[in-house]
Amino acid sequence: MSATTGDNPVIGGLRKVGQVTLFLVSLLAQCGPALARPRLVVHQIYNAGARSLVIIMLSGLFVGMVLALTGIDLLQRFGSEDVLGVAAALGLLKELGPVVTALLFAGRAGTSLTSEIGLMRATDQLTAMEIMAVDPMRYVAAPRFLGGIIAMPLLVAIFDIVGLFGAHLVGVKQMGVNAGTFWSQMQGAVHFDDVFEGIIKSLSFGFACTLIAVYEGYNAAPTAEGVGLATTRTVVASAVLTLVLDYLLTAAFL
Amino acid sequence: MTTPQALPNASGAAATSGRRPDAPASDSASDGDVIVDVRDAHYGIPTRTIFKGLDIKVRKGRITAIMGPSGTGKTTLLRLITGQIAPTQGSVVVWGHDLSTLDRSGIYALRKRMGMLFQNGALLTDLDVYENVAFPLREHTDLPEPLIRTLVLTKLHAVGLRGAAHLMPGELSGGMARRVALARAIVMDPEVLIYDEPFVGLDPISLGVILRLIRQMNEGLGLTSIVVSHDVKELATIAHDSYLMSGGKVVASGTPKELAASGLEVVKQFMTGSDDGPVPFHYPAPDYRQELLGGDDE
Repeated sequence: MSATTGDNPVIGGLRKVGQVTLFLVSLLAQCGPALARPRLVVHQIYNAGARSLVIIMLSGLFVGMVLALTGIDLLQRFGSEDVLGVAAALGLLKELGPVVTALLFAGRAGTSLTSEIGLMRATDQLTAMEIMAVDPMRYVAAPRFLGGIIAMPLLVAIFDIVGLFGAHLVGVKQMGVNAGTFWSQMQGAVHFDDVFEGIIKSLSFGFACTLIAVYEGYNAAPTAEGVGLATTRTVVASAVLTLVLDYLLTAAFL
Repeated sequence: MTTPQALPNASGAAATSGRRPDAPASDSASDGDVIVDVRDAHYGIPTRTIFKGLDIKVRKGRITAIMGPSGTGKTTLLRLITGQIAPTQGSVVVWGHDLSTLDRSGIYALRKRMGMLFQNGALLTDLDVYENVAFPLREHTDLPEPLIRTLVLTKLHAVGLRGAAHLMPGELSGGMARRVALARAIVMDPEVLIYDEPFVGLDPISLGVILRLIRQMNEGLGLTSIVVSHDVKELATIAHDSYLMSGGKVVASGTPKELAASGLEVVKQFMTGSDDGPVPFHYPAPDYRQELLGGDDE
C-alpha cells in the first residue's frame, strides 16, 4: 500500500514504515506455525535458493575473476602480489559476496516472490484461503519469508566459494601468483570475525530483501499494473536498503 | 432516469406480490430458519456509496438468489456475509452471531461452516486438482491419507472430474475450473454454499451442468445456497427466494415468479433486459452533443 498521492512525502514515508512494521509483526507471529510445517519452508528455500544457483555461481565466478585482475594490477605496483588471496578473500567475504548476492537475489527471487503473491491476490487465491479459514499470512507469506532468510546465507557462501575459485583461476593460473602463497596467506590473514561479518550481513540482507518482496506482493493492487509496480518497487527498495544496511553494518564492524 | 433514492425498496415489490411490506422473501419459513440476516447495512468506498440500508434474509435449506445489474454491489454483499468487510452501519448476523462482535478466530469458525465458489474458481495455481480439493481437509483435519483420498475422489466424482485429478489448474477450461472449485467448496461438507456469478462465461453444456449441480447440492446434501448472479433465466429455474438489488438497496424480493409478475419499472427492466428504464445504460456524463461540439471552445 503506497502512501496516498498528494501526501507530505515525510508523512507518507513514515506511514509506509508503520505499515511495513505492522506487517512484519503479523508475519513474525506466523513464523512459528509455519516452521511447524517444514515442508512449505523447504519448498520455498528451493524456490528462492536452488533456483537462483546458476545466476549466483556465474556471477560469483566473474566477480572473483575481476577482483583478481584489478587486485593484481594494484598489488603489483607495490610489489605485494603475494597477498592477492587475502585481498580477494576479504573483499568477497565481507563486501562483494553479501552485497552482490543480495542484489541478484532481489532481482531473481525477490521479483519472483512479489509477482507470485501479487498474482495470487489478483486471482482471488488469497481471498479463497481466507474464506476457507486458512490464514494466507501463515500459508503463503511466512514460509516464503523464512525460505528467503534461510536461502540467502547459503547463496552467499556459494558465491564466496565460486568467487575465490575465480580469483584463483586468474591470479594463479593466468597471472602466475604462487598457489601455495595464495592459499597460505589467505589462511593466515582471514579470521573468524571476517566470516562472521559476512554471515551477519547476509542474514540482514536476506531479512530485508525478503520482507520487502513479500510485503509488496501481499499488498499489491490486484491488477496487472499493480503487480508490475509492486515488482519494480521490490527491486528498487531492496537494492537501496541493501546498500544502506551495508554501510551501517560495515561501520558497526570496524 | 429515476434516482436510486427514489426507488421503492423491498416493500414495493412485496406490495406488488400481495405480501406485507416487511414480510420476508418466503412466508413459508419462520425466523428461526434464518441463517444469514443482513439488517439495514450501509457500506461505501471512498469514491461511492454501495449500500444504503440493505435488508436480506437467507433461510435454511433454500436457494436464495441475489440479482442486480453489474456494479450494484452483489459481490460486495458476499464479502459482508463472509466477514471480509464490515458494514459502516447496520449489522450482518450469521447463525445468530453478529459478525462485528467476532474476532478473527470467531469469523474463521463460521467460515469453516461455509463454502464459496468464486467467479474465476480461485484455484491455487501451484497445486494440482487433487491437492486443491484436498487443501481444506489437510488444513483443518488430521484425517489419514486414505480417507482424504476417498473424500477428494468422491467430491471430484460428484462434479464429474475424477479423471482430471492429476491436472494443474492451468490445464483446465473455465467450466472445469469452476467445477473443481465447487468440489473444493463442498469437501468440508459446509452448511451454506455461496456462489459468486457461477454462470459467467460458460458454454450451454457447462452452464447446464453447474445449474444441475447447484440444485443437486441443495437437495441432496441439504445445503443452504446463496447464488449471486445477473442471469435471470437460469436463476428462475432453481431459486426458491430472490432479491433484486439496485441503487444500494433491495428493490424487490419474492419468488422468481413473483418478480417476473412485478409491475415495478426497475424489476421489469431487469427481468426483460431492456436498456430503457430506471437503471441507466450510460454512466453519468455531460451532455453528449455539448461534449462533442464544445471541446474547442475551452
